[in-house]
Amino acid sequence: MLRLLSFALLLGTWWTAALFVGGAKLPAPPAVLHVMIAEASSGALFLHLGATLARVALAFTLAMSIGSAIGYLMGRVKLADRLGDPWLILLLNLPALVVIVLAYIWAGLTEAAAIAAIAINKLPTAIVTLREGARALDRSLDEMARVFAMPRWRAFRHVVLPQLAPYIAASARSGLSLVWKIVLVAELLGRPNGVGFEIGVAFQLFDTPRLLAYSLTFAAVVLVIETLLVQPFETRANRWRPRAA
Amino acid sequence: MRLEVDIKGKTFRSAAGGIQEVLAPVKFALQSGEVGVLIGPSGCGKSTMLRIILGLDPEFSGGVARPPQARIGMVFQEPRLLPWRSVEQNVRLAAPGVADAKLAELFRILELEAHRDHFPGELSLGLARRVALARAFAVEPDLLVLDEPLASLDDALASRLRDEIATLVASRPVMTLLVTHSLDDAIRLGDRLFFLSPRPARIMREVPITIPRAERSEADLGRIKGELARLQLESK
Repeated sequence: MLRLLSFALLLGTWWTAALFVGGAKLPAPPAVLHVMIAEASSGALFLHLGATLARVALAFTLAMSIGSAIGYLMGRVKLADRLGDPWLILLLNLPALVVIVLAYIWAGLTEAAAIAAIAINKLPTAIVTLREGARALDRSLDEMARVFAMPRWRAFRHVVLPQLAPYIAASARSGLSLVWKIVLVAELLGRPNGVGFEIGVAFQLFDTPRLLAYSLTFAAVVLVIETLLVQPFETRANRWRPRAA
Repeated sequence: MRLEVDIKGKTFRSAAGGIQEVLAPVKFALQSGEVGVLIGPSGCGKSTMLRIILGLDPEFSGGVARPPQARIGMVFQEPRLLPWRSVEQNVRLAAPGVADAKLAELFRILELEAHRDHFPGELSLGLARRVALARAFAVEPDLLVLDEPLASLDDALASRLRDEIATLVASRPVMTLLVTHSLDDAIRLGDRLFFLSPRPARIMREVPITIPRAERSEADLGRIKGELARLQLESK
């Protein structure tokens, strides 16, 4: 109920502002809705949204799995940490734009280049979070698993993984928001479809209703994925805590 | 089976750079069916010794011969349960082969039936300790290591659990190593008592108790206690 009220307030503010600024710069909600419906009925909206979501899914999965593995290794093995640390710092501080542009130059304006560039942007934050998680692992439980001769896989699944779960959830949460942002830039610069591409076109034509129609649909999809996928996972990962944080 | 401990010494480097001696040479052996009790002042190095015996700490001089196939059941000083798994899962994960009937019996003896599906965070320390005991018993260990298992339990429960430990030890040929502060626990459960010195720990005195555990009467226990008190006085 409170959420709905706050949403209505946002809509009201937007509408009022549109009245003052004028339709060219900030169109009123019905105008944007109109474009949305038109784009949806022609199928273009779903095509572009689908292309973007596919890129997000691929890049996110790639970055999360590789990043988690490297982060875990760096948290557990001192040598790996010392070897990997300079690279990590470099990657962390490399601007997204640089990675994307270089990827397009080196690999051409291809799908692989776009996905790799997005994944590389997300990779270091996943590594850092998981490394922190691996460092914080409870040694006394490790010892317990060893004394009771738990096989490696069982110990990993029941002793290590539950401890990492909050870190994985945090990394997924922050990583997803990063990927949402970067995917549009990658599409704007070198893809012939996707929400980013459409926003680029709308920008060139100064077509604000179209720009808003795509951005807001995109934001809505992000919101839905966050509430339906990421948050339930976080809740589940923390369910054993007497009071969920 | 036989456990042979022959530790020549254990040192570790303190943060300040100095070398600290934790264990002096310690040598003893334990047979199947025997209960060895380590008694010593807190901080004397008992836990370090246990970690070495369990194979958790390879950095010491000397050797520990433990049958490689020996199953170990351990009750740590703190319960060390997995907070994200239920009581039953905690036991089953350590002892995947445990039969349902055996598990039910353990839970009945330790009065944990009502807590099967609880998470450790919902248990009192006393209950958590009992889960740790259930876990150690469920693996049907060849080597049972108990690090102050009865601390912080009320007297009635402690004495019942002591009897349960005695029953278990009698029912299977298990080597048991018990660390305790309580002389009472030591003389009721132990076959051989090892009195440890302050750090660096060495065995000051080994006292065998020749009367079989089941046949020790209260009078016997009183007499043994008296003898031990006299020995302690002499050594001072």
